[in-house]
This record gives sequence, C-alpha cells and structure tokens, in this order.
Amino acid sequence: MTDQATTTRQDWISDQEVRWCPGCGDYSILAAVQLLLPELDVKPENMVFISGIGCAARFPYYMETYGMHSIHGRAPAVASGIAMANPDLDVWVVGGDGDMLSIGGNHLIHALRRNINMVILLFNNQIYGLTKGQYSPTSEVGKVTKSTPFGSVDHPFNPISLALGADATFVARTHDMDRKHMMEIFRRAHSHTGAAFVEIYQNCNVFNDGAFSEITSKQNRSSMLIPLEHGKPVRFGDKLEKGVVIGDEGARIVDVADVGEDALHVHDEGNTNPGIAFMLSRLADSPHEPTPIGVFRHVHRPEYAEAARHQLVEAQERQGPGDLQALLHSRPTWEVT
Amino acid sequence: MPDTVLRPPREIERVIIRFAGDSGDGMQLTGDRFTSASALFGNDVVTLPEYPAEIRAPAGSLAGVSAFQVQISEQPISTPGDAPNVLVAMNPAALRVNIEALERGGVIIVNVDSFEDRNLEKAGYDDNPLEDNSLDGYVVYEVPMSSLTRKACGQLGVKPRDAERSKNFFALGLISWMYTRPIDPTLDFINDRFEGNERVIEANTAAFRAGYNFGVTTELFEYKYTVKPAELPAGTYTNITGNTALAWGIVAAGVQAGLPVLLGSYPITPASDILHELSRHKNFGIRTMQAEDEIAGIGAALGASFAGQLGFTTTSGPGLALKSEAMGLAVSVELPLVIIDIQRGGPSTGLPTKTEAADLLMAMYGRHGESPVPVVAAHSPSHCFWATIEAARIALKYRTPVLLLSDGYLANGTEPWRLPTATELPDISVAFTTSPNHTDDDGNDTFWPYKRDHNLARPWAIPGTPGLMHRVGGLEKEDGTGNVSYDSQNHEHMVRTRAAKIAGIAADIAEIEVEGDVDADLLVLGWGSTLGAIATAVDRALDDGRRVARAHVDHINPFPRNLGDLLSRYEKILVPEMNLGQLSKLVRAEFLVDAQSLTKVSGQPFTALEIEEAIEEVLGD
Ligand code: SF4
Repeated sequence: MTDQATTTRQDWISDQEVRWCPGCGDYSILAAVQLLLPELDVKPENMVFISGIGCAARFPYYMETYGMHSIHGRAPAVASGIAMANPDLDVWVVGGDGDMLSIGGNHLIHALRRNINMVILLFNNQIYGLTKGQYSPTSEVGKVTKSTPFGSVDHPFNPISLALGADATFVARTHDMDRKHMMEIFRRAHSHTGAAFVEIYQNCNVFNDGAFSEITSKQNRSSMLIPLEHGKPVRFGDKLEKGVVIGDEGARIVDVADVGEDALHVHDEGNTNPGIAFMLSRLADSPHEPTPIGVFRHVHRPEYAEAARHQLVEAQERQGPGDLQALLHSRPTWEVT
Repeated sequence: MPDTVLRPPREIERVIIRFAGDSGDGMQLTGDRFTSASALFGNDVVTLPEYPAEIRAPAGSLAGVSAFQVQISEQPISTPGDAPNVLVAMNPAALRVNIEALERGGVIIVNVDSFEDRNLEKAGYDDNPLEDNSLDGYVVYEVPMSSLTRKACGQLGVKPRDAERSKNFFALGLISWMYTRPIDPTLDFINDRFEGNERVIEANTAAFRAGYNFGVTTELFEYKYTVKPAELPAGTYTNITGNTALAWGIVAAGVQAGLPVLLGSYPITPASDILHELSRHKNFGIRTMQAEDEIAGIGAALGASFAGQLGFTTTSGPGLALKSEAMGLAVSVELPLVIIDIQRGGPSTGLPTKTEAADLLMAMYGRHGESPVPVVAAHSPSHCFWATIEAARIALKYRTPVLLLSDGYLANGTEPWRLPTATELPDISVAFTTSPNHTDDDGNDTFWPYKRDHNLARPWAIPGTPGLMHRVGGLEKEDGTGNVSYDSQNHEHMVRTRAAKIAGIAADIAEIEVEGDVDADLLVLGWGSTLGAIATAVDRALDDGRRVARAHVDHINPFPRNLGDLLSRYEKILVPEMNLGQLSKLVRAEFLVDAQSLTKVSGQPFTALEIEEAIEEVLGD
C-alpha cells in the first residue's frame, strides 16, 4: 500500500467496552497490537481477527477490524478458510491455552504444518479463566484448582516444543509484561509468510496470579529470561555471566566463565533442522527456571493458500477457464430426438 | 461380428440384470459398461451398485461379493427394478448371496470354472449347487469364462494369471451379445481407459470379443433379446451418478452465483467422490480443502463464506454429527453455507456402504438451542444437481446454512439425465453490501451487520470492504447493531426472528404437486430417494385400477406452503421411508394428520413391490 494508509491507535479500537478483569494481562497484549498496527502498512478493512472461546477469544470484539468470535478451538480452521478465500487479507488468530491446545489442538497443529498465512497468538495463562479456574493443558503437574483439589496429574504441553514438532515455520515466545518485546515479536510474526506462532505468557490475575512473575517481573527478567537473538551467542544474567551451550544431551545453561565465550551456542533462527530450536524449548520445564524468549525458529516453506491458488491458475492455463456447458457434456452423451 | 443365430432377437420391454462376483472381479466396471452401452443405445436405465464395506475381503468369501444391478427399458423407469431377471455369477459366493433376489424361473449365467471345491467351501456350499438340483426351476447356463478368457488371451502371449483378470470383459461380451448391445462404445472405452497399456487393451478386447463370439457360435442360448430405445423427452443425455451430479451442482452453483467455491471436506464413505470430482475442476476457481477433520471442513467453509465465497462441506452421518456445533455458529452468524449429508446406515459407523435415510431428524433438530436450518432433499441421481443449486440459492438469499440430504443409493446409482442448457439454470447471485446501511442518532452513516432486509436476511459485507468493519460470533447479537447482547428481550426477539426467517422461505419455494389420482382416498407421501420406487408402485396400482395419489417433498424445512392443505384432503396417508418413520413424525406433529409409516432399514432401497403391497394393504379390498 502506497497511499496514506496511516492510522492511529484510535483507529484500531472498536466502540465495544473491554470486559476483561481489571489487571488482566490481556489488556497489555491488546494495547501492544493496537499500538503496533499504525506502524505497519495495513488497513483496518483488510484485517481479520478470528478467535475461539475463552477470555482471550473476546479479542476480536475490541478491534475495529473484521472479526469472528467462533466456537471453542476452531479458530484456526475458520481462519484457514478466510486465508484461502482471500490472500489479500491479514488474518490473525487469537486464543488461550485451553482453546488452542486442548479442544482445538488438532486445528492448531494442522494450520502450522500446512503453513497457512496467519498470525497465531496463543495467550498462555496456564489456567481456564472463563470457566472460572480449572487446570489447563499447560498447567504444571500438581496444580491445585477447582477441578484438581488434590493437584493435577496431567503432564503439560510445552507450546513451543509442540509448534516445532508440528514443523511450524515461525515460532516465538514473548510475555505480557514487556510491551516493546511483544510489539517486536508481533511485527516479525506479521511479516512472516506462512503460519506464525507466538506464545505469550499472560497473567490471569484472578485465577492464576503470578504464574510467570518469577521470570517476567522487572527485577527477575535479566536472570530468568534468556533472550534469543539471531546470529548472537545465547547469553543472559545481569552481567551476561550465564550462557547456553548445545551438547550431546541437549541445551544446557552454563557459566560463561567456565566454558569461555566461544563455546556458547550462537542462535540461528533459520536452521532448517528444528532440532536445536527444540532443545532450546526444553531448557525450562516451567516458568520457574531460566526460560528462552524471542524467535526460536524462522524458516521459509511454501505457503498453503498461495500453493492452492497457484493450482487454480495452472488448471486454468491447462484446461482453460471453467465452462459449465462443456463440463456437463464431458462424459459420453447421446441425443434423443 | 457375424451372427450365426438366424432367429431374430426377441423384443422385450425391459430386463433387470445383476452382475455379481468377487470384489476383485471388476463387476462394478462390467455393470457400468453395460449400462453406458445401453444408455447410448437409447434405453432408459437405472442402476444399483452394491459394494462390500471391506476394501479387500478374502477372495471368494461371501463378505467379498460385489454386485451391480441395472434395469434397462424401452419405457421411462425410475428404479433399478425389483427382482433381477438375469444373474451373472462369477463365483459360488456371488451365486449364494444373490440367488434369493432373483425372480423365480430367472436366468443364471455362471462362470463354471470357479465352481471348484475351494470356492464352494468358501461360499459355504456343502454340495455343488450346479449338480445337486437346488437350482431347478431356474434357467442355468454354465459358461467356462475363466478358461475361455485364458485361451483367448493366451494367443496374445498374455500370462494365464493376467488373462484371468479380463474375464469380466468376457462376461460383458456375452451379455452384450445376448441383449444385442452395440459393441463399439465398449471397445472405445477399453482403448481410453487403459491407454498406454497395450497389453491390457489387447487382453480385454480379446476377452470381450471372445464372450460375444461365444454367444454367436454356441448353441447354448436359444434366443437373443433386444430392448428398444425408450421414448424420452428430446435432448442431449448423459448417464450420471448422484455424487457426480451433486459435484456438478456445486460447480454450477458457483457459476450461477458468480462466486468462487470453497469445499472443506474430510474423506468419508459415501461422500468422498464429491471431493474427488470437485478437485478435478479447479479451472472453475474451485478450492477444495481436505481438512484435518470434519469440524475443520465446515469451519474452513464458513470462513470462506465470511470472506465472500460460497462455502460447501460434504459428509455422511458420523461427520454430520461432528459438524453440528459449527452449524449452530453458522445459524448465529447468519452466513451462507451448504452442508451436504450423503446418508448411510447408522448409528455410529453403521453400514458405510449401504443406504439409509435416517438423518432427517438430525438434519432438522441436531443442534443445541433453537437452531433452524432449511433442509433440502434430493430425490434422484440427476436431481442431486438441481437440489444443490436450490440449497445454494436459499443459503445465499437468506444468509443461512442449508442442509442438503442425499443418500448412498442416489450417490452411486445412475440414471440418464437430459442435460440442461445454460438458460435453464437459475441466476442465484446476490449482492455484497458495500456501503453503510444505517444512520446513527448523530446523523452519521454507519454499518449495522444485523439490520435485515424484507426476507429478514442480514447484509453480507465481506472483509476488504472499507468502512464496514464488523464482528460476528456465536454470542447472542443485538438485532440491528450486531453487538453482543445478553438482554433477555433481545434474545427472545432474535430466536423468533431466526425462526421466522427460515419459516418465511416457504413463500419462496415451489408448491408440492400431486400425481396420480388426485381425488383418491390414499396419498403416498415420500421424500428423498424413495421417489423411483413410489412412482413405480403408484403407477402399477393405478394400472390395476386402484385409486391412489402421490406427492414428494424436496423441501423439508420449511415444508411447501400448500402441504398442510394437501394432506388434509386425503383420508389416508402412507409415508414410505428408509428409517423408522421420521418424515411421518414431522408431518404428524406439524399437521395433525394420521400418517402411516412404511419403513425399511435393511441397507437396501425399497422395491416398488414392497410399496405396492403396502398400498394394497392400506386400501384393502
Ligand atoms: S479470568 Fe483471568 S484471563 Fe480471564 S479476563 Fe479475568 S484475569 Fe483475564
């Protein structure tokens, strides 16, 4: 778009009252998106937000764009139809961990493997908020909730590992306490051609308050978040005294002083083999230990909707434009007079 | 080929032939070729293929028997016939499974080579039925099809094992001789179908000619027969299955609506052929998406509709159950969508390859909440084409999901179809909304996504349209603005409005017509694929001097506006259905009439005889 597609934050805010609980992390994610869009070369009419069910899924109502609040877990399926129908649209999918990893897990992995053009924002708060506090597929083992008074015995998903396992072409993690980081990750996800998966650690201050504060609070970040930056050694800590090395047994946190700078793993988002990204995703089992954030993987693979559209063009070149009468007469016919 | 039988062929009005063999014997192909040759010759033809559910049941077993029944006639017909006159049995299992259906005194042509101990045992015969007089009363012809085929092909240097595979063409050749069918269409077909594989072309051609010549030269058969061309309305005809007609209906709906089509579908018997056929026609701009599951199929189709395309999803009963939540969403967001259910035997996995029409009540009511959707039913293979266009018309005009019902019998059965010309197809295009449709209190132009037209349909404004951004969803909407609303009055209003919108379609569909003796006491009311059997039965009853009328509903929700009146005119109403009485429940509930059910759930369509007998019983003496 070359015309003055300039928008302001206000242009992206719908007239609907935002109804999340006061203090919910969803507010800052909404703000990050609404602040980012004016910086991108996009128009509201070409923007479509699709969601399933859950707190996060109210997101489309607050965006002054096209949108559909669909049914539980099915947002990636509905979004796939939209992306196929009109490649000019900018399709975003928004959902929580219950929506996209539990009831809708199937659609998520297939959207990722197909590499269909959409940004998928997974609001991971490790709890069911809308239904008032049951454990979710990302809750840690032992989690005490209304439905698990004696603690959950379910092993949780690691969403980044799952996305990498589904061969997603863009996989990133950010968190609701860092607007700048969110905006940067969303910007990159938006510019990716294909399915861009972004896990956002999101605080549910009502049912799971502080789930991520050990790693996301301002004072802990430098020691608990491991920023992944393409082409740079993976280091963290107040004085960058910690680092990550990749060995036979996987990724491992080390003191830089012990191994020397040259031994540190240099992050390569574009590695076509997802193995190392997967190892990095396994560094932390839960948000109580140092956790990588940033872009784990960013590779290129043909995009599904475009490949499908290409087949239509090829078919027209080969068979000519569709001719209904010719189709009806395409099998043996006979005349009755 | 010269014919040494000097007697002229006997003219018969019609014949019903059933080809039966092992599922590896190519009986579907044989039946299909015989049908095509007969259709090209000008007969009216109706077919009934029957496949085993297992892809490869053990060779020679009863479970592995595959059959294809065809009726060819010089009169217009509408069923594949009741009892076959001729049974071609390629092995003992095929004989055993099909002998019961054969008319008393009918003709049996067996491949005698296959009647050896192992095959007899697999078919559960203690004694060879060809030798124990159990077939007395039938006219049995024993033809060594395997060995004659091997001999014919052996001259070409084809290995005996490979030659054996051509024996279905031997059978086809023999039957083609017996019924004086033209041979060129079949020879052309062999050349086309097996193009690039000269060996197979030669072997099949040799087997076909050998079968034909066997009829010519042996004294085994006393007569050959001929069935004159039928007097059908003038036009260009093709022989078509319900699923092909339905797929072409989807193509036509896209063309006539001026919209690209997106089909979201998950493979399921007996609906998959629609996906296969459509995916060949991408030059019409048709996108076919083989989804990860049934729910994604409908989800993608609904997404495409939101984006301004014509969304379709195809399935069978188990898949329809999975789609019900998404259908409810489509009812709420009020977008065009066509859901196609090719019904099969249920519940659960049921009888995947057998026909049944027991999804009617699920189509009507199988969603939570008050969730009305129009229901359209196809009544013959070629009608699948028209019913699809009609379903799409309603979906587009009223912005609603529409359920289209077909079944396994229509899906795989064939009939000659007089092809429509371009002008016979309706224009079903609708306009997108491109500008604001409302003025707010401050006098500003604005867009209200739920402001309805006189049909109660809401505007269809698609992403990409400047200024009309809006959100839809499954939460209850305020009428007009489309904003989320939990207001109780509004919900009551919206539930009733959605119901009124669908009910109002009755004014926009054809009235139901009565055939037969309009002033009779008895009306036979049908829906779906029972039409052929009902029409034949009613015609026969009328010929016998009985007073009976019939009517067939293609629109089940809403019913044709004159249906209530019509039913009230008849003292007795008989409703034949391939379920346990679902339409009869609906008409009883809706119109308080004493409809009697005639039900069948054997996985087989009704025979005309069964309906005729029920008519006799209802009418008494
Ligand atoms: S329940 Fe939790 S996730 Fe939901 S809106 Fe409230 S704080 Fe946010």
